[in-house]
Amino acid sequence: MRLSLTINGRATTADDVWEGESLLYVLRERLGLPGSKNACEQGECGSCTVYLDRVPVCACLVAAGQAEGREVGTVEGLAGEDELSTVQRAFVDTGAVQCGFCTPGLLVAADDLVKRVPEPSDAEIREALAGNLCRCTGYEKIMAAVRTAAGSGSPATGSGESSGEQLT
Amino acid sequence: MDFLRPASWSEALEAKANHPDATPIAGGTDVMVELNFDQRRPTTLLDLTRIERLAQWSRDSHPEGDVLRIGAGVPYSRLIGELGTSLPGLAIASRTVGSPQIRNRGTLGGNLASASPAGDGHPPLIASEAEIELESVRGTRTLPVSDFFTGVKRTALADDELVSAVHVPAATGPQQFSKIGPRNAMVIAVCTFAVALHPQRGTVGTGLGSVAPTPRSATEAEEFLAGELAENGRWERPDPLPESVIGRFGELVARAAAPIDDVRGTARYRTHALGVLARRTLGWAWDEYRNGTETSGRQGCA
Repeated sequence: MRLSLTINGRATTADDVWEGESLLYVLRERLGLPGSKNACEQGECGSCTVYLDRVPVCACLVAAGQAEGREVGTVEGLAGEDELSTVQRAFVDTGAVQCGFCTPGLLVAADDLVKRVPEPSDAEIREALAGNLCRCTGYEKIMAAVRTAAGSGSPATGSGESSGEQLT
Repeated sequence: MDFLRPASWSEALEAKANHPDATPIAGGTDVMVELNFDQRRPTTLLDLTRIERLAQWSRDSHPEGDVLRIGAGVPYSRLIGELGTSLPGLAIASRTVGSPQIRNRGTLGGNLASASPAGDGHPPLIASEAEIELESVRGTRTLPVSDFFTGVKRTALADDELVSAVHVPAATGPQQFSKIGPRNAMVIAVCTFAVALHPQRGTVGTGLGSVAPTPRSATEAEEFLAGELAENGRWERPDPLPESVIGRFGELVARAAAPIDDVRGTARYRTHALGVLARRTLGWAWDEYRNGTETSGRQGCA
């Protein structure tokens, strides 16, 4: 079947899509958007997290046909033309990226959190990121990055430490 | 494979009647796992995510008390965000499902139709004596939730039927829920327990999950506690419950379980843990009743 959807604000079509394949497969294998990672294929790891109609979901659990006509936002759409988004900048500044495999999913989940909750508590951050596994176990830096992103409000401001302290 | 994308509920019912072997898909949190792992190749997928009616809920007045009608396609995240006050037990249980990504997609209707013995949404529905609304081109029928489940991953759904909604009486007293698993998120339950106090009727509801082929209530425990609360005038003078009462309640709940050994836990552990959950959740619920705490769908720390 032919699949038509909006990805990162751009109308897109994919041909020869098999009805039972996942949105993740469409993004990675048919549309050249490999930012969303494929790991568990069962919704356990969060590395394929994307926005579907502005709600974070696991792309591996969305049937391709369910995405017809929908609006999808991937990690590739987070950054602006010339600069990283707030959460991306905070992940870089804080050293929250180790092997990097979990990072795209975490960025989308964290982006959603900081947009919804102005000053998330640590408990709220942990709950919001509970579906994203980092097997390098770099969770402390990831927590710090999200505190920074939530506290800064604009890209690339200050160090993570100070805004983190304000929020704890 | 055919992919059917009905735009309305009547189209969906027509499609199910014409394709009785079609696999309904909503949040995809069960169906897509089976597809991704090649465990199943349905000839037809019936996508229910475009049907607005399924994603709505309403609160209806009845002489015996308000009833929430929850469309089968309402995801857990909305049960938490929108129904925490009316149905705190269901909201607490919903918060234990998967992760935010899963709760944004997974639906109560899918949880029912999948009929896993470990379905997190089931015990609070059992404790509140919810009814399941099933519909086909032939008409609509409602079943008590306890009659809906007929076995492990088996339900009373006919080939041409779809779950349309769940009818749950609004809480009239404290409700609690607790779940055992290795961590707070992304866990298939080792066992779960839900309790609902009904002060006006003087009754108690229970729901046990992951300890039998289907979710069930602990009738003996409910009757014991209701009797104890009535006989000693505890509803009117809510003093702390004696340890003996809480302990006996836990024993009777554990006795209602019929668990198996599996990868997530042994039958012996499940029975023990269930008794502990019953004691704790009763303690939380009774404290709420004593303190007149607003029921909010939040949960004490286990």
